[in-house]
Amino acid sequence: MPNPTKIIIDCSTGIEEIIELTDAEVAEMTYAAELAAEKKAEEDAEAASDAIAKAALLVKLGITADEAKLLLA
Amino acid sequence: MANTFELITSTTVGAGGSSSIDFTSIASTYTDLLIKLSTRQTGSAVGYQFGIRFNGSSSGYSRILLYGDGVAVNAGGGSAETFARIAFTQSSTYTANTFNNVELYIPNYAGSAYKSFSTDGVSEGNATQIYSAGIYAGLWSNTAAITSISISEYSGSGTNFAQYTTAYLYGVKNA
Repeated sequence: MPNPTKIIIDCSTGIEEIIELTDAEVAEMTYAAELAAEKKAEEDAEAASDAIAKAALLVKLGITADEAKLLLA
Repeated sequence: MANTFELITSTTVGAGGSSSIDFTSIASTYTDLLIKLSTRQTGSAVGYQFGIRFNGSSSGYSRILLYGDGVAVNAGGGSAETFARIAFTQSSTYTANTFNNVELYIPNYAGSAYKSFSTDGVSEGNATQIYSAGIYAGLWSNTAAITSISISEYSGSGTNFAQYTTAYLYGVKNA
C-alpha cells in the first residue's frame, strides 16, 4: 500500500508537486497521532472528572445548575 | 492598514486526498500574509485541531482560543507546542459534503520579531453538540522570516485533507 501524499507549491515558480510521504514522515505522523490521542484522552478524562465534581457539588448544595449560574451572575 | 491583496498561489486537493499542503519559497516582498482555507478531513474523529508549521519548525508555538460547540462557549490554550493549532477539523462526522471555512492572518511575517497570527474558523455539523466555531491568537517564538508554511492535521486524528479541500495564499501590502 503506498504512503499518503502531500502537496507542495513553490510560490516562486507556481509549480505544484504531489509527493508521496517517506517512511520517516509516516512514522512521525503515527507518533504524533499517538501523542495526540493520549493528550486528548487525558483532556477528556479531566473534563469528565470536572463535570462529575460539579454535579456532586450541586447535589451537596441542593441547587440546580441554573440556580448556581444565578448565584454567580 | 492593508490596502492590497494579491493572490500568490492556490491549490485544490485531488481525488486521493493529501496529508498536507505546503507553501514554499514565499517571497518577503509583502507586509502580511493571508490564508483562506476550505477543508474537510477523511476520518471521523471529532475534537481535533489542525494546524500549521512555519519553516518546517516543530517548536515554539503557543496559542489561546475561544470556541463554541453548540452548547457552551469555552476557552483554552497551550504553550511550547510542536505546531500552531488554527481550527477544529471538519471530519466525516460533520454534515455530509460540507467544508469548514478558516481564515489565517500573519502580520509582519518577514520581520525579525516573533511571529504572531490570528485565525477564525467555522464548521457545519448538524448535531446538538459539536465543535463549530473558534477564534485563535497564536505566537511562533522565532525571529526568522517566514518562507514556508505547511498546513496539516498535525494533531493526530491520522487523517488526510479530503478531495476538494482548497487553500489560497495571499500577500498583503500596506502601501
